[in-house]
Amino acid sequence: MSNEIVPIDDSIAPTHAPRSTDIDPKAEKRAEQQIAILFGLSGLGSLLLIYSYVFVTKDVFIFIPVMGNQNAQQLGIGIGMAMSLFFLGMAAIHWAKTLMSDVEVVNHRHEFRSSDEDREAFVKTVKAGAAAAGLGRRTLIKRSLGAAIGLFALPPVLLLRDLGPLPKKQLETTNWKAGTRLLTDPGNRPILATDLEIGAVVQVLPAVEHEDERPLSDIAKDPVLLIRLREQDFQLTPEKLAMTYNGIIAFSKICSHMGCAVALYEQQTKHLLCPCHQSTFDVTRGAKVIFGPAARPLPQLAITVDAEGYLIARAAFSEPVGPSFWERNSQ
Amino acid sequence: MTPVEKTIGNVANFVDERLGAAGWVKKSLNKVFPDHWSFMLGEVCMYSFVILLLSGTFLTFWFDPSQRDVIYNGVYEPLKGLKMSAAYASTLDISFEVRGGLLMRQIHHWAANIFMAAIVAHLLRVFFTGAFRKPREFNWILGILLLTLGLVEGLFGYSLPDDLLSGTGLRITSAIIQALPIVGTYISFFLFGGAFPGTGFIPRIFTLHILIIPGIFLAVITIHVMLVWYQKHTQFPGVGRTEKNVVGHPILPVYMAKAGGFFFVVFGVIAFLSAVASINPIWLYGPYTPGQISAGSQPDWYMGWLDGLVRMSPPLETHAFGHTISWNILIPALIVPGIVFTGMALYPFIESWITGDKREHHLLDRPRNVPNRTALGVMSITFVMVALINGGNDILATNFHLSINQIMWFSRIGILVLPPIAFVITKRLCLSLQRADRDLLLHGSETGRLLRLPHGEFVEVHEPISAEKAFLLQSHEQPAALELSDVDSRGVRRPGGIKNKVQRRLSKAHAVSVPKVSEQELKEIEHH
Amino acid sequence: MKRLSRYRRHKAAGPFILIFALLAIGTTFSVASATVKQAPTTFARSAAIDEGKQIFLKGCSSCHGLNAEGGSIAPSLIGVGAASVDFQVGTGRMPMADMSQQAMRKKPVYNAEQTAALAAYVASLAPGPAIPDDSVLNYERDGNTAQGGELFRNNCAMCHNFAGQGGALTQGKYAPTLMGVEPKYIYEALITGPQSMPVFSDKTITPAEKLSLIKWIKSAEAEPNLGGATMGRIGPVTEGLLAWILGIGLLIGIAVWLTTRAR
Repeated sequence: MSNEIVPIDDSIAPTHAPRSTDIDPKAEKRAEQQIAILFGLSGLGSLLLIYSYVFVTKDVFIFIPVMGNQNAQQLGIGIGMAMSLFFLGMAAIHWAKTLMSDVEVVNHRHEFRSSDEDREAFVKTVKAGAAAAGLGRRTLIKRSLGAAIGLFALPPVLLLRDLGPLPKKQLETTNWKAGTRLLTDPGNRPILATDLEIGAVVQVLPAVEHEDERPLSDIAKDPVLLIRLREQDFQLTPEKLAMTYNGIIAFSKICSHMGCAVALYEQQTKHLLCPCHQSTFDVTRGAKVIFGPAARPLPQLAITVDAEGYLIARAAFSEPVGPSFWERNSQ
Repeated sequence: MTPVEKTIGNVANFVDERLGAAGWVKKSLNKVFPDHWSFMLGEVCMYSFVILLLSGTFLTFWFDPSQRDVIYNGVYEPLKGLKMSAAYASTLDISFEVRGGLLMRQIHHWAANIFMAAIVAHLLRVFFTGAFRKPREFNWILGILLLTLGLVEGLFGYSLPDDLLSGTGLRITSAIIQALPIVGTYISFFLFGGAFPGTGFIPRIFTLHILIIPGIFLAVITIHVMLVWYQKHTQFPGVGRTEKNVVGHPILPVYMAKAGGFFFVVFGVIAFLSAVASINPIWLYGPYTPGQISAGSQPDWYMGWLDGLVRMSPPLETHAFGHTISWNILIPALIVPGIVFTGMALYPFIESWITGDKREHHLLDRPRNVPNRTALGVMSITFVMVALINGGNDILATNFHLSINQIMWFSRIGILVLPPIAFVITKRLCLSLQRADRDLLLHGSETGRLLRLPHGEFVEVHEPISAEKAFLLQSHEQPAALELSDVDSRGVRRPGGIKNKVQRRLSKAHAVSVPKVSEQELKEIEHH
Repeated sequence: MKRLSRYRRHKAAGPFILIFALLAIGTTFSVASATVKQAPTTFARSAAIDEGKQIFLKGCSSCHGLNAEGGSIAPSLIGVGAASVDFQVGTGRMPMADMSQQAMRKKPVYNAEQTAALAAYVASLAPGPAIPDDSVLNYERDGNTAQGGELFRNNCAMCHNFAGQGGALTQGKYAPTLMGVEPKYIYEALITGPQSMPVFSDKTITPAEKLSLIKWIKSAEAEPNLGGATMGRIGPVTEGLLAWILGIGLLIGIAVWLTTRAR
């Protein structure tokens, strides 16, 4: 048994065996026909596209197993387009593979490093240029240039200043104030404390002047989730318990982690789950974080009822709602 | 001379007299491209980029990048009469009222998914075969830049329709920006034009998405491809292939026909996907309002691993001196990806520092012959896969009856434990493959035929392998580990002792391999 | 623990509640309402309660207690109402096959009559939400799809996903898919809050709004797959998988063909 190790030697030409199309005229003819068929299929695809675009109306649906009910126009245009492109490409590749030359050729490489003379000449040119500018000698110019360039970088940043307003206290405040009524979302109806059975949840927004024209930036911080539990289920500190009313507890619906709407309430476990990153909050313990990446409980809204029995906020949120930010100043 | 040839001749003459182009065009047309399927992955990226440009341009003709409120009055019944942004309404119109519009939207989105997938596949090919080594480090860094840009461009793209899912993504984006110490809140307010979701973000990212980022893409892709052109393509080792040459098909006509045809094939496959499979059905998601959310809110796949990292993060937050720092956001969303991408970009230089190899390389490595690099690659893939799995933990939980809490704990532990395990296993696997190569070379390939010798012993007949194969198995280099002594020739301690120690350790680990068959051993075999 | 309200008032099904309440305190009178088709006689009703009690003792009492007072592994059924029984038994969730995290929808164990008997028995224990009548459930006429979509995204999508396909809850629990669920059961689930699901009171989501919700769910169910195969309507996860498997897979296959020499 022996194996011959071929030395690295680029004088060895790549091996080349002729293809059937190189030696057999029949095979060549066959390949030619195959290519023509592929081109034909491509043309057919284009026609299918045109037909579907012009003659198939939007309201035609056809049932296709696995895919279900499909819009015929969309499917026709799509399949037509796919065919017209795909077979065009396949024809070209098949042509190249079977009928064009498949002899591999060799290119030579050379090192990318420039020759020493070129390098020296380059260094000389740069030095000569620098000397002519006299940058090395004129320190005053050098320093002032540095300062000018430094300052030059500021205006482009400054010009972007008017992209938006300053944050001011916007992240710290919501539309909840003492006495704000809780309204259903959607519907904007006030809620009686007796409307909620045990185990019920309601998505609520604060009563504002124009309830139909709430800006989305308000909806990004105002939503509150009302949950009614049996009062004996609460394990709250006296202050937090005082913020509930008759077993009804209210939390900001905006996740303290990244601001998604935390609205998955599990009635049996009394856990709230955020569908974005799976932070889990225990409602009975004041939305304490029991799982996931959130670091703070959901802010609790103090509620009570007004003279007519409708639920109202007793005070604004005592801390900012939603995700953390640098200026946030509370635990 | 036929009339056609005459016309072509005249045009060529006209151009050449003004530009003198014949010289370099001739040189360029003589370029040679080696054939290997994995060399086509880069082309898939480039072609899907062109498809993205074409389909994206089509979409801009109808898309209205505005967050102003409109009442929807289009043909899609379940949303009729609802208040929504003009961006969302116009996306609905493109989907339902422009013929072929939904198809184009789906082509654009599928092409984006395939663009990113092809970039990752291309990157893995380049990494595992060592194609990033000198002189191609620039192109490697440009590739990493394109990958990063692709992530941002993709995020902006799927955020534009302003549906419930994309709005949720933007909400998370804004939370990440807000988490930046000192400047976060301000940057967020400036970008969004006020408190989230503001009114400015969609028009702004529209400009970035269709103008600025594609412009950068175009420039970087051009440089990327020009460098491949100029530096000539790498090639796999084989008979007649050396560091000094490149063997393949000439650009005209074979490569041109194949690569040109492949463009249409890529476009065709994407069009087919778009015709038969729905992607991002925004009409089902509904318009965005921050108070709503859907179960299983996921980003597109290439952002999934980042979301997975955020999900598995421990609940860490620092409150001090009236300020809050959200480590639970900063670490998974910015610090870890920052380390990953910087590490990737610097890897060619790190490897060359470890091996001490400063030469040019044009022949590719077989992954098994560089066990350390291959193992590092598989380790990184494992890391990203664990994060990606956690990014889809709720979907996995519902579809395979698992618990999200279990998946989360699996990923939290797995992200630390599994990558090192993957490293060790891969390295061992590479070494045993090397050993198999050595056996093949020494004893030939097993034929499965048994032979009974006169004294009763059974032996399997081995056949010698072909000269080409033998060459392939034997062609790689096995550089020795760096010799770095702590003291110089005069016995004085060299500066940077710890650095030397690290370099020596890494170099030693990198050089571990099964010795190649020596000339001596071959001679001995021949005597049998 | 499942807790249902005792103070439920359901305007549309008022007569039903009245019937059950009267029966519960052992009255022999029955008030038949015009809206109730083929109102059962008092006799038939008390017979149903008796039959329901027999079924209960055989099939349910081992967990829920002999008097439906609940036990360590199952909640009390006093006051859960007929709607709750109809939902749990009618969708096959009860009796549970095993003690898993959550009762699954499966083929019902009891037939319609037995279910009705059980419901009548449980409703006779204490007043609770009644089974909505068919005439109340005319969602096609009384519902509004777009409004239903709004309500759905606000109140349901977070658990059941944007298209009602279901989603994950904590510790292996899940919100089931809403596809193929009878309107009656959707309505009952809303008013009774089965298992993990909270209760959606009639005051906060009115009966008319509930019908809109049902109409939207039914329209999502019937909606053709507008852009092609949907892959489960569960968002970008399956899309990414398909891009890799079909997209990149197919393209690599073609690239392999492209770069092999023709024979």
